[in-house]
Amino acid sequence: MNVTWVRRERWTTLADSESWLSRIMLAPAILYIVLLVGFPFLLSIYYSLSDATVASRTLNFVGLTNFERVVESSTFWLALRNTLIITIISQTIIIVLANVLALALMADFRGRWLVRLLILLPWVAPISLGSIGWLWIFDSIYSIINWSGRAVGILRPDQWPIWLGEPTLAKASIIIVNVWRLLPLATVIILAGLSSIPQDILDAAAVDGAGFWRRHFQITAPLVLPITLVAVLFGIIFTFTDMIVVFVLTRGGPYDSTQVIASWAYFTGIQGGDLAGGAAVSLFLFPVLVAMAILLLVIARRTEVT
Amino acid sequence: MMRAATARVKRAAAVGGRIGILVFFTTFLAFPFYWMVITTFKTTQDLHNTANNPYLFNDPPTLEHLRVLFEETQYPQWLLNTAFAGIMVVAITLVLAVPAGYALARMTSRSAQTLGIAIFLTYLVPPTILFIPFSRIIANLGLQDSLWSLVLVYPSFTVPFGTWLLMGFYKAIPRDLEDAAMVDGLSRFGAFLKVVMPISLPGILTVIIFAFTLVTQEFVYGLTFITSSSSYTVSVGVPTFLVRGDVYFWGSMMAACLIVSIPIAIIYNLFVDRFVAGITLGAVK
Repeated sequence: MNVTWVRRERWTTLADSESWLSRIMLAPAILYIVLLVGFPFLLSIYYSLSDATVASRTLNFVGLTNFERVVESSTFWLALRNTLIITIISQTIIIVLANVLALALMADFRGRWLVRLLILLPWVAPISLGSIGWLWIFDSIYSIINWSGRAVGILRPDQWPIWLGEPTLAKASIIIVNVWRLLPLATVIILAGLSSIPQDILDAAAVDGAGFWRRHFQITAPLVLPITLVAVLFGIIFTFTDMIVVFVLTRGGPYDSTQVIASWAYFTGIQGGDLAGGAAVSLFLFPVLVAMAILLLVIARRTEVT
Repeated sequence: MMRAATARVKRAAAVGGRIGILVFFTTFLAFPFYWMVITTFKTTQDLHNTANNPYLFNDPPTLEHLRVLFEETQYPQWLLNTAFAGIMVVAITLVLAVPAGYALARMTSRSAQTLGIAIFLTYLVPPTILFIPFSRIIANLGLQDSLWSLVLVYPSFTVPFGTWLLMGFYKAIPRDLEDAAMVDGLSRFGAFLKVVMPISLPGILTVIIFAFTLVTQEFVYGLTFITSSSSYTVSVGVPTFLVRGDVYFWGSMMAACLIVSIPIAIIYNLFVDRFVAGITLGAVK
């Protein structure tokens, strides 16, 4: 009797202090995030509705003028188109390649850790530095791709593609680098999904006479579909909002053929000094981000993980 | 008999196919780094002679590019800057994310769950949406050209990610441990410090690694806030400053990229499974 009473009192005081304590422990982190993510975001919306520039200290409210200006500029539409093309093509390639690579990595073999380390390099190395490596690979005079192509005979002696100087090739180059950079991430995510499939399901199917392809398309693929979608969503977010690859390789050129929304926002807002215009451009990234976040939450809820 | 033979052929084909796939992908993904190694140790003359086979060392290997990088550029300073920003950001991240992650893990209400996910989602807000307002905020704070601007802003993505990772970690620690400690007379907070903290060291280490890696990788804020070359971090300094002008010092640039990328890759590789479990919202473990 006495014992239960003591315990109960102890629990209630604990519960009280616990909610109080957890609030104190959470508050600093939330405050930081509100001040350094929430506040700048609102400021970005405010700038986009004003005439803010780098040079002037005062702001006037100008309504939707900046958005009208953005929508009327042909560069913006070009940048939006480029961003979509680069994102869609690179992610499509990544879905296919990442699934193939993840399946090949499922087996246990000697030196697996080394292969995994080499495969992860592009994702782990700073993007700006990896892109510098590609700048050298795509060099107009010393391109190793061209040299090898000629040595093997794929390129005729009079052919010498200028990778970053010709609009279509430049776009292809940006896509290649994005695939290169994000393929490792998609692969490790899908690999984790594959490893979580219980082996006995696959064994049972094999005993029942299902071959590799049948097992793959009827059991494995549907089971890793949600996790593949997660990988693609991250890929879309990281490609759609990136400006680093473009900035390092082409600065948006030639003739804006590789200009993307994020790089255009930088050139307008920071280099051009038109903060209001730049803010308006960058806000066009936001709807896609929200859509991806919602999809991510839906998938997470469906698979009942949280 | 025939059947066994076909099975053997099939198995050999599967193994061969797998090796082929792995060789192809490893070549594609690791080639730029292999190319950095070759370029780093080649003489400039060799690099610029288009008649030479670029895969071979036509002149003996040289350390000249490394010497130039460390003696004639600000690269050592950039390494120090990156380390400084990294250490400060890691410290801020831990101070904020450890208590927050723990509190979220021990709160069982529905709203706490939602709050945890909301914090994680702020990690997805990219610098390319926030850098324009930040450029003005940093200028108003007088932090332009100062590494402190990066120390202030980088936790805006390391704290959400760290909090989320640690929340997962603390959830895995059974509550009974703390209850037992409290029965033994420790306070609620004392139980957290003396019992939970030591067990969660691997989680804290993971957050340290990721926060540091994110700092090293970040480019957009660094490019926006800092204009004087002596305050650059490595990821901004190499592409903006070593490329400037007409002459590209390819050997030194490739060395600069390698020296940073390889150590990070090796350490990161040890923790990548936790990273995956974190960003997939725990869908795989």
